[in-house]
Amino acid sequence: MPDSNVWDAAAECMPVERLRDLQSARLRDAVRRAYDEVPAYRSKLDEAGVRPNDIKSLDDLPKLPFTSKEDLRDNYPFGLFGVPLEQVVRIHASSGTTGKQTVVGYTREDIALWAQVIARTLAAGGTTARDVVQNSYGYGLFTGGLGLHYGAELVGASVIPTSGGQTKRQLQIMQDFGSTVLCCTPSYALVIAENGAEIGVDFARLPIRVGFFGAEPWSEAMRQEIEAKMGVHALDIYGLSEVIGPGVSYECLEKKGLHICEDHFYPEVIDPDTGKVLPPGELGELVFTTLTKQALPLLRYRTRDLTVLDESPCSCGRTHRRMDHVRGRSDDMLIIRGVNVFPSQIEGVLMQIEGTSAHYLLVVDRKHGRLDELEVWVEMGQEGFSDEVKQLEALQARVQAEIESVLGLTVRVKLVEPKTIARSEGKAKRVIDRRDLG
Amino acid sequence: MTRVKQISVFLENKSGRLAEVTRTLADHQINIRALSIAETIDYGVLRLIVNDPAQAKQALAEGGFTVTETEVLVVEIPDRPGGLANAIERLAARGLNVEYAYAFVTHSGESANVVFRLEQIEEAARILANAGIRVLSGDEVYRL
Repeated sequence: MPDSNVWDAAAECMPVERLRDLQSARLRDAVRRAYDEVPAYRSKLDEAGVRPNDIKSLDDLPKLPFTSKEDLRDNYPFGLFGVPLEQVVRIHASSGTTGKQTVVGYTREDIALWAQVIARTLAAGGTTARDVVQNSYGYGLFTGGLGLHYGAELVGASVIPTSGGQTKRQLQIMQDFGSTVLCCTPSYALVIAENGAEIGVDFARLPIRVGFFGAEPWSEAMRQEIEAKMGVHALDIYGLSEVIGPGVSYECLEKKGLHICEDHFYPEVIDPDTGKVLPPGELGELVFTTLTKQALPLLRYRTRDLTVLDESPCSCGRTHRRMDHVRGRSDDMLIIRGVNVFPSQIEGVLMQIEGTSAHYLLVVDRKHGRLDELEVWVEMGQEGFSDEVKQLEALQARVQAEIESVLGLTVRVKLVEPKTIARSEGKAKRVIDRRDLG
Repeated sequence: MTRVKQISVFLENKSGRLAEVTRTLADHQINIRALSIAETIDYGVLRLIVNDPAQAKQALAEGGFTVTETEVLVVEIPDRPGGLANAIERLAARGLNVEYAYAFVTHSGESANVVFRLEQIEEAARILANAGIRVLSGDEVYRL
């Protein structure tokens, strides 16, 4: 018996056998469409010696080659689109590995699908038309703000598009408008909670009840902290713009993993080194095939996110498989305050600034009640060194400004002595992530 | 006249770093005449006047330190009230800006030696010499 928090019981609680049939049928269509409409996919499949007719069911999925972020880059900006631009009604973008943005498009139907999966997400936390949703994800190229917005409207809730930042105003609105639902990154939820506590906001007396926290990795410990400080159910929501944005998977109130909207996004977990599909329960890289998306169809897209698939039934009644909180990355991308950061972007900046060496270290920290902080350690080379502190500070400021303009993220630059950043054999260790992700 | 060469070393703020610099110098029989440290949250810049700047620079660079050499002005200031004020006022009157300064006393104790770091070092030297203030050459300072 599904609980009352299921938005679309026919889809979300579909018997597994029927779900697999539906997925197989949709997969055949998706492969056919990608092959017919996207020249890059046609050559990719031809090269792999796979014809659309070879893909008859989910069992044939491993025959398909993977798609990666590099494919998006190579076909920048619209080369992988499966429809002409006049059918695209929205374009979002996120950082890529080499300074080029990862560009994603949506048809009207894609936007409707996106709203549906967000509606599932919000309903799973008990959101209804009677709720007041404070959406503190950033609005803009980032998919968080607009993604949550359309789904919350579909549910019929009263949506307040506060976007991110201005914590005092967030708190004011939360109190005055009686927000019952909060959407933001988990670290920003803690900022709101701690800033509120400082100015005497008693969250227990506020109607705020549930929060949908995503766009960055987090842990059970953080869930408990947010729940204790804000008096809400803290639910994880996962997504990536390439697949659709937030809403690819979401937690129900059982809080035992995120149900994947697998009637639209078919998941596999693979060994990142060999590409072999792993059995459920094994940690590996999450791969998605979009089954219904039109503007940007993706076959076996490697997310680089590491997680575990759980096939066991959930007591909420949903039949869609669950994934664990994302446990890490199979590449060196960092997600900081919802912004994708690749060490190669920072390397690119340093190469262009005289007086710094190409040796650097990124230190990510999550201090109490603070947003994630990115510290860039740069080795003080002989050339840039001066006996005058003001010159060193100018160099530091310049590095900081250049990195910030490339990343769109505030960073702290620290000058360190040469050779203090460990040189390892082969791949250099560029990142220390001190965020406790349990 | 040879100008005085100052050795500057980049030092991260972590314990033991200053000791490593002084140990390196000691191992190379280098004598420190004067020093000052400018500090920020993350790092400091150690400035040294030594008896053999070329060798000091080489020893520190080989020891893995970031080192630079700059010319500074070292002048003898009589050890009495107004001695330093007199010198600095003359520089200020001509619009010369001192980036930083530090002082050390000599064996005699009758005068102090003040190290000035400024852009227009030759002009400053002229101004001070004309005012009867003794400007020390590199060789004099290294031999002190």
